[in-house]
Amino acid sequence: MAKEIYSKYPLIKYLRREALPTALCPGCGGGTVLNAFANAVDGLKIDPRDLVVVSGIGCSAWIASPYFLADTLHTTHGRAIAFATGVKVGLPDKKVVVISGDGDLAGIGGNHLIHAARRNVDITVILVNNFIYGMTGGQVAPTTPFGAITTTTPYRNIEHPLQISETVAAAGASYVARWTTAHVYQLIESIKKALTVKGFSLVEVISQCPVQFGRRNRMKEPAEMLRWFLRNSVPLAKAKKMKPEELEGKFVIGEFVNRERPEFTDELNKLIDEVQEHFGLKGE
Amino acid sequence: MIIHGDEPGQIRLIRKLYRPGNYFMQGDEAVSYGAIFAGCRFYAGYPITPASEIAETMARELPKVSGYYIQMEDEIGSIAAVVGASWTGLKSMTATSGPGFSLMQENLGYAVMTETPLVLVDVQRSGPSTGQATKGAQGDFFQARWGTHGDHPIIAVSPTSGQDAFWETIRAFNIAERLRTPVVVLFDGVLAHTRELVRIPDIEEVEIAYRKLPANEEEAKLPFGDPHGDGVPPMPLFGHGYFTHVTGSTHKENGLRDVYTPGVHDKLVRRLHRKIEQNKSVYEKYEEHFSDDAEILVVSWGVTARPALGAVLRAREEGIKVGLFVPKTVHPFPGERMRKLGKRVRAILVSEMNLGQMILEVERYVNDDVALKGVNKIGGVPLTVEEILREIRGVA
Repeated sequence: MAKEIYSKYPLIKYLRREALPTALCPGCGGGTVLNAFANAVDGLKIDPRDLVVVSGIGCSAWIASPYFLADTLHTTHGRAIAFATGVKVGLPDKKVVVISGDGDLAGIGGNHLIHAARRNVDITVILVNNFIYGMTGGQVAPTTPFGAITTTTPYRNIEHPLQISETVAAAGASYVARWTTAHVYQLIESIKKALTVKGFSLVEVISQCPVQFGRRNRMKEPAEMLRWFLRNSVPLAKAKKMKPEELEGKFVIGEFVNRERPEFTDELNKLIDEVQEHFGLKGE
Repeated sequence: MIIHGDEPGQIRLIRKLYRPGNYFMQGDEAVSYGAIFAGCRFYAGYPITPASEIAETMARELPKVSGYYIQMEDEIGSIAAVVGASWTGLKSMTATSGPGFSLMQENLGYAVMTETPLVLVDVQRSGPSTGQATKGAQGDFFQARWGTHGDHPIIAVSPTSGQDAFWETIRAFNIAERLRTPVVVLFDGVLAHTRELVRIPDIEEVEIAYRKLPANEEEAKLPFGDPHGDGVPPMPLFGHGYFTHVTGSTHKENGLRDVYTPGVHDKLVRRLHRKIEQNKSVYEKYEEHFSDDAEILVVSWGVTARPALGAVLRAREEGIKVGLFVPKTVHPFPGERMRKLGKRVRAILVSEMNLGQMILEVERYVNDDVALKGVNKIGGVPLTVEEILREIRGVA
C-alpha cells in the first residue's frame, strides 16, 4: 500500500525512499509542508546537491530530515539555525534551509532565530507552527493560543503566544511570510521567494496537530483544524485596518517583508577581500 | 581554506604574515596562532574572560588568511556553528571559559556522536558559577571528561606554557582531524593572560593533519562505518552531492536514525569508544623529569606543572630523589604509564589548582601502599615552587 503511494507521487525523486514511510501521525500538517517544499524546489529547478537542510528536535524537525534527499543535518534542540549559520559560511553558494517547529525555533531556539534575522544570514527558515510540543506529548508552547488546553495547561493557557513572523520581521529579516497548511499554493510561492531572496528568510506555516492540539481543543479531525485556519485567517492588508482586540485569535497571513539588506556571508567575504587588499595579501 | 590542494598558497601567505622568531605574547594569542598554523579557518565564539583575547586575535588574523570569524549570540550557538562549518570541510574552533564550557556541553556531545572534528579551548577560570571570573583555575578537569551526558569518549590536552599552548593547539587540531572527533584544550586563565616569550616557527616545522575523505562513492555512503578497521570513518562533507545524513540520534552506518534496535546503539557507541582506545599513539603524550630513580613522584598538569618542575629541581639540589610526571593529554589519562611509575615510588604528590581532581585518576592506577597526597590551592593564585617544595620535603 505505502509503496504504491510513493511510486505514484510525482516528486518522489526528492525523497529518501529508504527512510519512508514518515513517522508523522495521520492528519499531520508536516506532509503538506514537505510536499510544498518539494514543489518549491522542483519549481525553481534547484539541484538537491545544492541544498543543505538543517533541523532541530521535534516532530517538525523530522519533516525534511531524513526524508528530503539532500545533505541533511539533524541537530540538537533549538540550535538548527546556529548550525546552519556555520554551514552557510562554509558553503556560501549553496542554499541552506532550516525546517523545524515553533517550540524548537521560537521557544528554546528563539535567540538564534532573532539574531540570524538581525545578521541577515542567507538561510531560509520554514517554521512549522502547530502551537504545541507534539513529540513530547502535547505540552504548552510559546505559540499556544491564550486559553487553549494542553497537557501542561489542563485548565487553560494563561500565557500569550509569540507572534513569530512579526518578531522576525522586526529583527531585520529580508523576507517574512506567514501562511497556513490550508493555503498550499500561496505557501509554495512564498517558499520559492524565500529560497530566491538574498538574506534571511522566514516562512511561518500554521500547521495542524490534530493528535496533540486539536483533540484537546474540540478539533480532533484534521479537516476541522484546516477549517479553523481558513475561518480565522486575515490577509495582512485587511489586518492593518483592524484593531488589536479584533485580531485576537486570528492568523494574519501574507508577506510581511520583502526587502534588500546587506547579507552576512556576502559582507564576510567582502571584509576578507578588504583586509587582504589592505595588508597587500592579494594573489598570495 | 586549508583542505588538501591549496596549501602552497596558504604556506606563502603564512610565511608573509608571520615571520619566524621570538615574540612576546599572551597565552591566548599563542593558542590563536597555533590554530591558524594548524589550518583553522573558522572561529565562532562569544566573549568571556579569560578567553576573549583568543576571539580578538582570531577576529583580527583570520580574514588575512581567508578564514571566517563570527561572534555568535551565545556559547551554545558558537559550538553549533563550529560543527556546521566543520561539515563543510573547514577546520573549526571555539574558545570559552567555565560558564561557556558548561553551555557548550550538549553540542560537544553532539560532535562526539556525529564524529565532527573540532577544537574547543576551555580557558579554565575559578568557579563554581561566576566565581572569580578573572582568575585562573584547574577546576574543569572532570567537566571536560564527563560534562556532556551519556557514555562517551573524549580527548583533552593541556598546555603548560605559552609556547606549549602554540604547539598543543596544533596537536589538538591534528588529533581532531585524524580521529574525526572533538578535542578539548584545557588551558587556564593564568597562562592565558601571562605574557612570555613564544617562538613562532616556520610553517614547514609544523606537521599538519587532515581528516580522511571518502575514497569512492561506496565509502561516502557509510559516513559512520569503519571501512579501514581503525574505527575512523571517512567524512563525506556537505556540498559534494553525497546526500549525507547527520544526526545526533542513534544511527546506522549509513547515517539513518535507528533508535529502536539495541544492537545499533551498542555497535555505534562501542565503536566510538574503540576509535579512541585503539588509536592511543595518535594522542597519548606525557612528560617525565627524573622519573628513573625517583622515590617520590610529583604528578601535575597545565599551569601547575611549572612550579612543580621548579620544586622538583630545588628538591633534587637538596638530594631528595623526586621526579615529575606531567600528562599532556589528560583525557584519556595515561593510566598504563601511571601504573608503571606508581610501582617504583613510595609517595606521590598530585599538585593542581583545584581541590583534587586529577588525583582521582592517579588513584585508580596506584597501589594502596603508595602514599598519595594532593597539593591543592584555590583562590585564583597559582601554586608556588615553595609551596610544592614544602610538601615534597614533608614526604622525603
